[in-house]
Amino acid sequence: MKKEILVCCGPGCAAGGSFKLAENLKAAVKACAAEADIVCQVESTGCSGMCEMGPIVRIMPDDIMYYRVKPKDADEIVEKTILKEELIERLLLKHDDGTVAVHQNDNPFYAKQTKVVLRNTGIINPKKIDAYISRGGYEALKKALSMTPDGIISEVERSGLRGRGGAGFPTGKKWRSAASFNGEPKYVVCNGDEGDPGAFMDGALLNGDPHSIIEGMVICALAVGAERGYLYIRDEYTLALNSMTHALKAAEERGFIGENILGTGKKCVLSIVRGGGAFVCGESTALMKSIEGEVGEPRAKYIHSVEQGLWGKPTVLNNVETFANIPVIIRDGGDAFAKTGTAGNTGTKVFSLVGKLRHTGLAEVPLGITLRELICDIGGGMQEGRKLKAVQTGGPSGGCLPASLTNLPVDFDTLQKYGSMMGSGGLIVMDDRTCMVEFARYYIQFLCGESCGKCTPCREGLRHMRDILTNICSGRGREGDIELLEEIGEMMQDCSLCALGKTAPNPVLSAIRYFRDEFEEHIKHYHCPAGMCPELTAFKINREKCVGCRRCAEVCPTGVISGTGNEPHFIDIRACVGCGRCRDVCPKEALETIPVSLWSRRMMKGSRGYLRSVKTPEEDE
Amino acid sequence: MNQEELTAIVDAYPAKMEYALAMLQDMQHRFGCVPREGITAAASRLSCPESHLYSMVTFYKALSLTPKGKHIIKVCNGTACHIRKSIDLAEDICETLSIRPGGTTADGFFSLELVNCVGACALAPVMLIDNTYYGNLTRKKLKKILASYLEEKP
Repeated sequence: MKKEILVCCGPGCAAGGSFKLAENLKAAVKACAAEADIVCQVESTGCSGMCEMGPIVRIMPDDIMYYRVKPKDADEIVEKTILKEELIERLLLKHDDGTVAVHQNDNPFYAKQTKVVLRNTGIINPKKIDAYISRGGYEALKKALSMTPDGIISEVERSGLRGRGGAGFPTGKKWRSAASFNGEPKYVVCNGDEGDPGAFMDGALLNGDPHSIIEGMVICALAVGAERGYLYIRDEYTLALNSMTHALKAAEERGFIGENILGTGKKCVLSIVRGGGAFVCGESTALMKSIEGEVGEPRAKYIHSVEQGLWGKPTVLNNVETFANIPVIIRDGGDAFAKTGTAGNTGTKVFSLVGKLRHTGLAEVPLGITLRELICDIGGGMQEGRKLKAVQTGGPSGGCLPASLTNLPVDFDTLQKYGSMMGSGGLIVMDDRTCMVEFARYYIQFLCGESCGKCTPCREGLRHMRDILTNICSGRGREGDIELLEEIGEMMQDCSLCALGKTAPNPVLSAIRYFRDEFEEHIKHYHCPAGMCPELTAFKINREKCVGCRRCAEVCPTGVISGTGNEPHFIDIRACVGCGRCRDVCPKEALETIPVSLWSRRMMKGSRGYLRSVKTPEEDE
Repeated sequence: MNQEELTAIVDAYPAKMEYALAMLQDMQHRFGCVPREGITAAASRLSCPESHLYSMVTFYKALSLTPKGKHIIKVCNGTACHIRKSIDLAEDICETLSIRPGGTTADGFFSLELVNCVGACALAPVMLIDNTYYGNLTRKKLKKILASYLEEKP
């Protein structure tokens, strides 16, 4: 009997020791190979999605999924599950009602997903081209070689696929216009410079299923008449670079890319360019400049890249995920692809679900699913005792949506209408301990460092926005600051050169739109309701709610909480550093934030400087 | 650093501008910085002004002109890590090793960088030391990890 042990070696699981685990499993299998008539293969795969429960091990064909497997569990898995077909209960996922999930689809995180782009990720070993071929890989390429370029483009147009990088431009339309321009040579570029803080879909895909991207790029090259292609990948993605380099070599050996594709005389040479770690290089024109060996500054797009892109030649630039969709479209036909999703927003989208959720990781869902389904059904809802406050989508170019809007369908158009955007698929869930002003400041601070400085609105606008937000967060906000932020934001949207600057104010503008009262609290009452801005945070124990359980006193790093058991406690505000640990542990929500008046600010002044000398409380592992 | 190694890096690529970034990255990986001699060597190979390469080194975050420490600690301050308080961890490291983000310890043993997203958001807060990921960090875990590195210090 043949069995396969799939060990997830994505970045998340790798951090949990999955390389060591795979090694141990291989050794264990080898040790018992002689005594049993089972042929067992250990494969390291790409990201299987549920990173937070990693390292994940899946045993095929029985479809048994083990979570949080430690390297030392290897022997037990081989001994019990492989040889004796017994389940190891402690490694299975436990539902709230005490039952266990044995198969992948018993786990609600996976059950609700539709895997198109991630069809192979987590199932095949990305280093083995045969594994990809055995799952229907490169069939689409063979089919495309027998089609006319126009036929390929029509198929993509029929699928309704829109660019997955964020803007949602129809892919078929882009290809058609690139094909219509004359100019030799033409180029195909894959944008894998995923710089959004909080998003890791592209990295997972590049690492877990590199051949699907290569196949998509070659098909694109055939359609538009390009013979040269570049994959621009972040230098930080060591695993992805490794996997892609390997895949390109394997594909060339088999003749899927190179000077003579499968003996047809057609040509497509692909190479990797390592990104230099600049967020702005995710912008198409900046990325092309970077490939050319220049500083990655964008240019004005009076003339589109499809006409004059890389080295002034017609260039098609698509996102990693867009290319990964192409083989499916060509193989099954555009109409079949368009059945998933909604009209105008066809297909699926991969999201990286992160933040204060119970289950974080990578999830692929049909477009048009509601935010609530994503958060509650797939993400498992909020972490225990946490309340959903806002959802941030689209990274630094997107915005945040309040909890009341979680019934919105997730697609390109709806989210944009509400002041956010789907972006490349980062989805960050925030609870009531996240301060929206500070959060907006975080994004602006990030963008400030990443703005290339070429155009004035973005360079100066961001700095001023950052200064104003920093002032508000530290209690120096003034009346009129909110209006000023709005004015600067609108100016940037209108006048910036590239998409980075045009979308940069979104996090601030959407935060003001939905959480204006929080901004006002900061400015008028010196009060951070989330208890996150240190200068504006003071805690008070509500004597009616406090039951005197002493939990807060135990975690307090400065020991300023006094009171005896079963009696309401008291915080000495003068020495409180506002860390909020007490609030996190309080079972009765008795800790409330209070406005920091001038009086108390003077009292606290100075003592806040002690922050560095605070002793670190011992934490439980 | 020696001239031979530099020449090897520069000659590994065709003399075309598009390979400038790759050359500089290789130097960064090999020497922990882009040395002055490296810029000179690459400029003469590519027949471009040194200032052009200098502008690239200062523009891209992955490149630096000053040498980095033996171990590079990258504390992720991506969104997911930020809302799980990665800054507190960075502050702890600053305090323990007495360095500032972007700086290197006096003995050249550690460099500390605050980076934007290392692609392991589900394990936030995360840090990378060289190429090893440490996820779901707490202050206690951090202390242990740093101690394990400090042990090997002569």
